[in-house]
Amino acid sequence: MRYCMGILKGSCAVFAAAFLITGCHHDTRNYEVEVVNLTQNQPFSPLAVVLHDSGYAPWTIGSTASQGLELLSESGDNSQFLDEAAENLSREALINAHGRMSRVSGEGLILPGESEAVQTSVGGYEILLSLATMLVNTNDGYAGVEAFDISDLEVGEEMTRFLTMYDAGTEGNSELASSIPGPAAGGEGFNVARDDVNYVAHHPGVVSSVDGYTDSALDQSHRFDNPAALLVVRRIE
Amino acid sequence: MIAGAVATQGLIFSPILLAENIDIELTNLTQGLYFTPLLFSVHDESTHLYQLGQPASAELQAMAEGGDISGLQGLIDAAGGVNVEDSEPEVLAPASSTQILDLEVDSASFLSITGMILPTNDGFVALNGWKIPSEAGTYTIYLNAYDAGTEANDEIVNGGGASGTPGIPANPGANGGVDATGVTFDEANTMIHVHRGNVGDTDLAGGSSDLDSRIHRWLNPVAKVTVTVN
Repeated sequence: MRYCMGILKGSCAVFAAAFLITGCHHDTRNYEVEVVNLTQNQPFSPLAVVLHDSGYAPWTIGSTASQGLELLSESGDNSQFLDEAAENLSREALINAHGRMSRVSGEGLILPGESEAVQTSVGGYEILLSLATMLVNTNDGYAGVEAFDISDLEVGEEMTRFLTMYDAGTEGNSELASSIPGPAAGGEGFNVARDDVNYVAHHPGVVSSVDGYTDSALDQSHRFDNPAALLVVRRIE
Repeated sequence: MIAGAVATQGLIFSPILLAENIDIELTNLTQGLYFTPLLFSVHDESTHLYQLGQPASAELQAMAEGGDISGLQGLIDAAGGVNVEDSEPEVLAPASSTQILDLEVDSASFLSITGMILPTNDGFVALNGWKIPSEAGTYTIYLNAYDAGTEANDEIVNGGGASGTPGIPANPGANGGVDATGVTFDEANTMIHVHRGNVGDTDLAGGSSDLDSRIHRWLNPVAKVTVTVN
């Protein structure tokens, strides 16, 4: 920078400005994220939507669920899950000096056959979408997607994806009325105890009382298969 | 410069240009099921482990009922294919992964993977002749669970793993029941088909099944394969 002094000062300022523009290529991108509930009788808890880069993973198959994911998948409360994403944002923001992550919650429950679209925006080149929503008539089942790459989506385009059912592995799938928070039972949501395998995996499905499990609070209408939901991501102006 | 030119020439005329380098990762996506040691094979277009809607070969039956892949490996060998050593030669636990790294394959090769699903009577996970792309990149394939159609799904864990012997050879999770009377003794579809899933029950001291309906069921897909063409 010493060469900037004196007669070269003017051109150096131009160079510096040019560098700033190239070094900062993070025009904000705006997205609409829509989820359609494809189940028969499983309301979805408010969506947790996170746009991020590869420095963050909301869960990994075979690994222990975070406390935020446990809370979301057992009770439908997405606040801690989104806080964990924000903590990651803070760390990223310190390193990169610009936001590369955004997080947003849905407005409310998404009933079967209904959908909700939330809007969110983020900067950066690598843009991954993670999303989770509890099926409220389960012990700890959620529909979601982890690190769905939407970087190449152009303005006006959309991408669709079916959502798979995950099991947080933090609560045994007892299907007992006392442990199902949704309208099928009105039982307990979050419980700090982890009485299951304690790793995230695909959900095995629910048994229900019509299939020989007489203690189950669930009936035929609460059964589900993959996929449980349809995701549509649109890049908007 | 001379050394560089020679090296380049060597590359041009070497058959290595007809090969490609890949990595394979397979993840057991289920919460409560195990895969017996997996067959990983690279072969030509005309080789298949099985055909859906057709009867299982004796070799496939041995794999699906008892986890024995040696017969299928012999078929691959005889067809000029290559069987790859799995880095995880043990039973693959739920939500676990195994990798094969830095594998050299001929271009226009096909990849097959299979292993028995435990605890089932004759359920297996499989990728049946997937064309390995020539373009560099990461490719993801999801695998379903199939039924060999060779054994009734009685769901009785009795150690029966030999072909034609009823029962499930093992429940590695040791989280099921005993003294089941049997879910069924018929196999309505004796062709290879999509597995209808375990039934199970919640009676650990009897009932129709030795499997737990809350633990041993699944929804497809049961495995994820990621192939990276380097």
